[in-house]
Amino acid sequence: MTTPESRKGLLGLGLALGLFYLLLWPLLGIKAEGLFFADAFAVWWRVALPVVLCFLVYLLRDKPALLAVRRTGQRLGSSLSGLISALPRPLLAAIGLALALVFPFCTERYAQDVAINVLVYVCLGLGLNVVVGLAGLLDLGYIAFYGVGAYTYALLAVHFHLSFWLCLPIAASLAAVAGCIIGYPTLRMRGDYLAIVTLGFGEIVRIILNNWMSLTNGPNGILSVPPPDIFWPSFESGFSFEHIWLKKLIYLYFIILLLALATIVAVYRINNSRIGRALEAIREDETAAELMGVNTFLLKLLAYAMGAVFGGVAGTFFAARMRFVSPESFTFIESAMVLAMVVLGGMGSIPGVILGALALIALPEVFRGFELYRMLVFGGVMCLMMIFRPRGLWPAKRLGTRSEDRE
Amino acid sequence: MEGLTLTDISVRFGGLQALSEVSFAMDHGEIVGLIGPNGAGKTTVFNVITGVYRTSDGQASYNGRSILGLRPHQILALGIARTFQNIRLFQNMTALENVMVAQHCRSKAGVFGAVLRTRGQRQEEARIREKSLEALTFAGLGGFAQEIAANLPYGLQRRLEIARALASEPQTILLDEPAAGLNPSESLELMATIRRIAAAGVNVLMVEHDMKVVMGICQRIVVLDHGVKIAEGSPEQIQRHPQVIEAYLGNAN
Repeated sequence: MTTPESRKGLLGLGLALGLFYLLLWPLLGIKAEGLFFADAFAVWWRVALPVVLCFLVYLLRDKPALLAVRRTGQRLGSSLSGLISALPRPLLAAIGLALALVFPFCTERYAQDVAINVLVYVCLGLGLNVVVGLAGLLDLGYIAFYGVGAYTYALLAVHFHLSFWLCLPIAASLAAVAGCIIGYPTLRMRGDYLAIVTLGFGEIVRIILNNWMSLTNGPNGILSVPPPDIFWPSFESGFSFEHIWLKKLIYLYFIILLLALATIVAVYRINNSRIGRALEAIREDETAAELMGVNTFLLKLLAYAMGAVFGGVAGTFFAARMRFVSPESFTFIESAMVLAMVVLGGMGSIPGVILGALALIALPEVFRGFELYRMLVFGGVMCLMMIFRPRGLWPAKRLGTRSEDRE
Repeated sequence: MEGLTLTDISVRFGGLQALSEVSFAMDHGEIVGLIGPNGAGKTTVFNVITGVYRTSDGQASYNGRSILGLRPHQILALGIARTFQNIRLFQNMTALENVMVAQHCRSKAGVFGAVLRTRGQRQEEARIREKSLEALTFAGLGGFAQEIAANLPYGLQRRLEIARALASEPQTILLDEPAAGLNPSESLELMATIRRIAAAGVNVLMVEHDMKVVMGICQRIVVLDHGVKIAEGSPEQIQRHPQVIEAYLGNAN
């Protein structure tokens, strides 16, 4: 029990618990009436007790009784992951798709709402993944393209009554143009400087949206944006096309599922093309990439434009779904959120980004039961994920064969 | 005028004269060595040829066409590829992917082709893969296609650099200290590889400190010292050249 290792661990535990009390006490103990220590202690011991228990289990981990439990746990874990990796990729994708298709029919409004949110962020995350994960350009203003897409649809639909489906390509192209405009002056920069400049550009777009009263109606936003519509064949009173507004959540769910699937396929194919390889080469070593025949200037611009297209598409859907847009939806915290998904999920990995979006959007909803401590628990889970999966939940596959190399 | 020709090239960095009026030319199928003490300006010559540095003065042309002012990727497209003194592979990509990047300038499928997987794009990808595997096999890396570049041993990383340069289908290849850090048997293999490259009709310009390698395979040698060309000639001539001996060993007086 008293090996140097365990003594070191005990010391660390004591220090951590002391520090925790020190952090807790000013929040709970400093009041207008004076200083109180009991309140903070009441919270402290509730955390300290389980932590100490966990530590004891950790110390006793090599005792025979616990060893048996650990072995079975490990065996279960490895056989489960073996099972998953034994399944071919297409089958996994098919299972995921089937689940996504069945999902809205066996859940209620609230779950569908969260699922739609997750899928919007999947599109955004995958778009940013092209810029950050593939090309290695840190973009902190990505949400600007989401805003461009949303406002393009809102303005065109409200003033010119253009259909959602027509606005999708328009918004995507405008976002791409915005991507080039923002990308162009930042291309000479690398690393930290690039991050700062993109952060600035993101804010510029938001501030323009906020202040261009005559066009965007400023902070009041644009109201009554129409939902997506389709012409559905109808056979009542002869054959005709019926104009239907797709307001129901379940329709919206399928539209965003379609957009997300298109994004996944597009990003996957770009990933495995000459463009994707060139972008990766730029991320690895920009000078060497240029010397190996990659037009780094053009390809970095292209990376911005491609990322922006996916952001613009997601933004268009966002406007049609919320039926309202305002600059508040496009703040820096959103950019940070999307970036967190990419990093948490695993840079450059498509399933990783999907998992990241799921973790960052769905987990806070799952933790609603914890009420006030929701964000605390969420933060704790994030820390655990980064400790145990530092390269992301599903790191990009680099070792050995890639899916395409098995032909 | 055939091949690569440098005429009175000068490069200045602030007050430092890195190259002054260096001229030499290469014919097709030649193996030329570029030697000189440390800081003589050998790598600067490479950087001028590949468009990394701007020259202060002089002319550089390739197949009769001026290459000054072109960007590095355009120069590679013209058929001049290079390797690096300190290995600069794309560390986290597989050996095959590293080589496939070099085919970028020989292919042209765009984003839409990639997203829609058009017939042309698929055929092009297949061709890129085939050519890249060919280049890997040529450099003796056929069995390492799926290895991550960073995981390869040092000697193989050097070879991968050569394979990557070759995959761009160059007519001229610039090797920057290809034998640095190789053991004697690896050096011998390297010499054989360079001979095979030249036999395939590719010009080789090589910076190298290992005199056994340089004297063993170069048909002509250019010697630089402090940015000035002090000698040019066959290995035998260079070995006896008084100025070369002085540059390397110092003046006897």
